[in-house]
Amino acid sequence: MSVDIQTVKRVAHLARIAVSEDDAQRMTGELNAILGFVEQLNEVDVSGVEPMTSVTPMAMKKRQDVVNDGSKAADIVANAPATDENFFLVPKVVE
Amino acid sequence: MTDLTALTIAEARDQLKSKAFSARELTDAYLTAIDAANPAFNAYIAVTHDKARAMATASDEKLARGEGGALEGIPLGVKDLFATEGVHTQACSHILDGFKPRYESTVTANLWADGAVMLGKLNMDEFAMGSSNETSYYGPVINPWRAKGSNADLVPGGSSGGSAAAVSAWLCAGATATDTGGSIRQPAAFTGTVGIKPTYGRVSRWGTVAFASSLDQAGPIARDVRDAAIMLKSMASVDAKDTTSVDMAVPDYEAAIGRSVKGMRIGIPKEYRVEGMPEEIEALWQKGIAWLKDAGAEIVDISLPHTKYALPAYYIVAPAEASSNLARYDGVRYGLRVQGKDIAEMYENTRAAGFGREVKRRIMIGTYVLSAGYYDAYYLQAQKVRTLIKRDFEEAFANGIDVILTPATPSAAFGVADKEMAADPVKMYLNDIFTVTVNMAGLPGIAVPAGLDARGLPLGLQLIGRPFDEETLFQTAAVIEQAAGRFKPEKWW
Repeated sequence: MSVDIQTVKRVAHLARIAVSEDDAQRMTGELNAILGFVEQLNEVDVSGVEPMTSVTPMAMKKRQDVVNDGSKAADIVANAPATDENFFLVPKVVE
Repeated sequence: MTDLTALTIAEARDQLKSKAFSARELTDAYLTAIDAANPAFNAYIAVTHDKARAMATASDEKLARGEGGALEGIPLGVKDLFATEGVHTQACSHILDGFKPRYESTVTANLWADGAVMLGKLNMDEFAMGSSNETSYYGPVINPWRAKGSNADLVPGGSSGGSAAAVSAWLCAGATATDTGGSIRQPAAFTGTVGIKPTYGRVSRWGTVAFASSLDQAGPIARDVRDAAIMLKSMASVDAKDTTSVDMAVPDYEAAIGRSVKGMRIGIPKEYRVEGMPEEIEALWQKGIAWLKDAGAEIVDISLPHTKYALPAYYIVAPAEASSNLARYDGVRYGLRVQGKDIAEMYENTRAAGFGREVKRRIMIGTYVLSAGYYDAYYLQAQKVRTLIKRDFEEAFANGIDVILTPATPSAAFGVADKEMAADPVKMYLNDIFTVTVNMAGLPGIAVPAGLDARGLPLGLQLIGRPFDEETLFQTAAVIEQAAGRFKPEKWW
């Protein structure tokens, strides 16, 4: 399978990465090189094989259902580019 | 006084205890070395002078009282991927511009609890995506090794290039690193250092910037096998904050060094003899086989038939996971923000300016293979192949193989700004051909220096072990180290 420039632009939008016409052109070639490389996986007979979901056989640990952390609003917003009274500020979303 | 930076962790630890010098003297020796040499290497992207001196002074107080942990007063470098409270933590990406966490990663917290001293943060490929340390926002790292009679700059490998270069150039006693597809073992091989990627689940991932969550594991890069064992003992823990952290006590890895390998069964997988592999790599492998045979081990030819599919499967699984993990960098909660006319454009502009080319490439691949209509063809197929890769190893171990010996990399270190690598991303990816299988199967792997090539550059061998059997890796690697000797770069800086 290979991608065309329109697909690259659509995927870039899905990934929320702005791309110029030149970027999209270059990425099309790069992505096709990588997709060409991974194509060989189709040779493998995987009939009856379960997809891997966990690399080590373990039951996922569950935390105690208790409050053991919190009241750190100031820490949480400390690294944000724009905040107001412990809220993250974003451009207007709803008119 | 002899050069304190030349001491291994084990030597420095013993001499600090016997008060041959103070922790402050040791730390000052490293800070002086870093200030003088770092401009030549670009290994550190932040040096924490004041913090290092304060930590060393605290260590001296403990040592004076006859107290102190396993790493008391030992100066270490930290890969920029680990969250360090109040200190530069950007995964060497522009998108985390100015990020200083309000928390400490479990790995670094464990090291500081054992008395280690932080010298600073080390350069790396952006978000650990790369095999040459050239994708860093802070520029490439220079390998302390040069080919005989040449002054051309070589890469230290990646993604933990800063860690490997700093250890090799005596700019820290040891360093933390991480390995998603070979990012500890390949740079260790390129710099004549020892690097171990532990079994998935052995070291907590909490507070380590995520790349591909089912593959990422932290481990040390150190000057010798013993130092790597000392560091891993401290880095590993059982951590309630990471649900994949395994509930097993951490063994005393150092105790495994010096044990005989007599009677051990060493597997030699024929699939690691790849087309176009330099003669020198094959010769190195044969030397490793001979050393282990001489030490009394039994050499067994084995087959791991799905080896060649590990790298293509990795380049689906890892980008897929990365595209999800990196969705959090949106210009809202931390780091860089580039304005746009609305919120969607703000996201797109921020991510376009904040991520480098390789990171964008992987996010795009990941987004594509997970998108509607392609998930089964790519991602599901890759995860099934991953099951088969793991099964190959399980069968070898079930047949009585204790440890598998392979080359660590298909070549020695290459030049900075290599034109062929830059032109073809897949060529760069092939650096990880021998290491990536281990991540796909979640197994432990260690790279140990084993010789020099004709140009005088270090080459490494890799040992792959059973899950959670890092002790056997240290035991076997120590035998190779004993036979091969230690390798140091000629000081040109």
